[in-house]
Amino acid sequence: MRKLIFPVRCCLTAGKNIVQRLKTKIMKKEDKRTICRQADSSRIKQKIGFGIISLCMFTTVLFLFAIICFIGVKGIRVISWEFLTQAPRDSMTAGGVAPAIVGTICLTLGAVLFSFPLGVACAIYLCEYTPKSYIVNIIRISINNLAGVPSVVFGLFGLAVFVKYFGFGVSILSGSLALGIVVLPVIISAAQEALLAVPQSLREASLAVGATKWQTIKKLVLPAAMPGILTGVILSIGRVAGETAPILFTAAAFYLKGYPKSIFSEVMALPYHIYALMTEGSHPDQQTAIAYGCCLILLCLVLLVSAIAIFIRQKQRSYYHG
Amino acid sequence: MTKIKERIIKGIFTILAFASLIFLVGIIIVLFREALPIFKKIKVFEFIFGKFWYPTYDPAEFGILPLILASIWVSTGAMLICVPLGVGSALYLNELASPGQKAILKPLVEILASIPSIVYGFFGMAILAPFLQNLFHLSIGLCAFTAGLTLGIMATPVVCSIAEDALSYVPRSFREASFAVGANRWQTLIKVVIPAAGSGISTAIILGMSRAIGETMTVLMVAGGAAVIPKSFFDPVRPMTAAIAAEMGEAPMGSDHYHALFAIALILFLVTFIFNVIAEVVSRKYRIKLGLSG
Repeated sequence: MRKLIFPVRCCLTAGKNIVQRLKTKIMKKEDKRTICRQADSSRIKQKIGFGIISLCMFTTVLFLFAIICFIGVKGIRVISWEFLTQAPRDSMTAGGVAPAIVGTICLTLGAVLFSFPLGVACAIYLCEYTPKSYIVNIIRISINNLAGVPSVVFGLFGLAVFVKYFGFGVSILSGSLALGIVVLPVIISAAQEALLAVPQSLREASLAVGATKWQTIKKLVLPAAMPGILTGVILSIGRVAGETAPILFTAAAFYLKGYPKSIFSEVMALPYHIYALMTEGSHPDQQTAIAYGCCLILLCLVLLVSAIAIFIRQKQRSYYHG
Repeated sequence: MTKIKERIIKGIFTILAFASLIFLVGIIIVLFREALPIFKKIKVFEFIFGKFWYPTYDPAEFGILPLILASIWVSTGAMLICVPLGVGSALYLNELASPGQKAILKPLVEILASIPSIVYGFFGMAILAPFLQNLFHLSIGLCAFTAGLTLGIMATPVVCSIAEDALSYVPRSFREASFAVGANRWQTLIKVVIPAAGSGISTAIILGMSRAIGETMTVLMVAGGAAVIPKSFFDPVRPMTAAIAAEMGEAPMGSDHYHALFAIALILFLVTFIFNVIAEVVSRKYRIKLGLSG
């Protein structure tokens, strides 16, 4: 009986083994297949994902080109020497926009003259005199919040404080001050970045030979940081030139006969002129054409200014990083 | 002698450094001072939830719900456009762009950010609105939809550059660890990099939102200007900023209308202020999480 059972058992176990092996083989194959499938699907997912983000980038750049092309093509037709140097005629349907260009330059200069010393002083205080951390925090939070205030609120502030309270009236002065506050955060953060980029060893060397803190700042740190600070100033020029809401109630006039005479007179400004051309007046077609020209001038100004700023910054970066 | 001079100079810098704080406090004081008279006549609740904005009628009605809703509609539209585009572009710049591409694309995004809002407004009004009107057969091109689209284009570079900064702060070791366990680039991006940069990206989105709500000239020109409660995306609307900019010129100084406009500005200021504080808190948490100095 035992002799009979043994081979049968052997056969059974062998059979079982074979089945087991086959099973594992099949499972392994399936495993491989699923892994492959997973790898395939994750590769496809990666392709789709990368495709989507490339599309996003493409769309963003497309918008930029659309804006520049439309305004460039239609604006260039209007621009001529006369357009740049003459005052508007025939209720805004002919002539140039020279007063608006001059006005924008005045407002921008005023704003930068106001906010440049303030901004650089603030940055020097924060970076060089290293005050207590709570003071730094207070100033930083107020800078950040000032940067986030809607531009029309600056206009109202200017209206209530400069125009009404100080009695400057609707004038270049009021507009410049309002614009100056708008760009203060831009200048502060650019100046701060520039000051932080100046190597510490420079200051230490100066202090080591007995120079005082102010001497160090004046003779070494500021000259070294100047290109960076200038970048910030140039960027802020671009910002100021295009801001409209702060000057709506503080400086801008739709139409003036001549050029501004003093800092207490109203001015025409390019951005406001565009707005006025598009929303007021009775000859929409001619006015739109002129508005295209104004937009192109403004756009060129801003693009030129940011190109200069970007160029200076690249140069500056390569100077410090070898 | 030099010591005294040094002290004086330090004192001058200290005073000048507080200029931004002074301006901020000044803005808050002015807004409250000029806005409060209106709340003596109308309750705050009625002002915010009143359905009719007829400031020049007799008797005048000052309910800014239509303006608030308009702001919400327009900025929602803008967010729907600028969040995917901005974050997507940031991911592209951070993940896919070669150094050469990056050197071209980043300045392009910066240029897009530096285009003045009035130019966007003009673009929306003169080009986008007629185009969309023809495309969708709208009765009027200047509506919440066009305004949202224009604002979205405008806020995209803001979101993009802040999000790109956040992504570039993610330490290399995070990615390397993910690659080491066999994840591919996309999986690493979705499962490791984006969660790590999450709060930085949310800061970008919050700041983009704040910009969209506070933007004035674009919505003034493109949104259409009807101060009624919007029924659809294609209705002309008048967001809060546009109402201030359009009506302040006509409102006699010291009148109820004048004070009501200041009250709108106050609400606007508080909203953006809250957004900025949230952004600040989130970004600080993020820097601590990644082990950067706060």
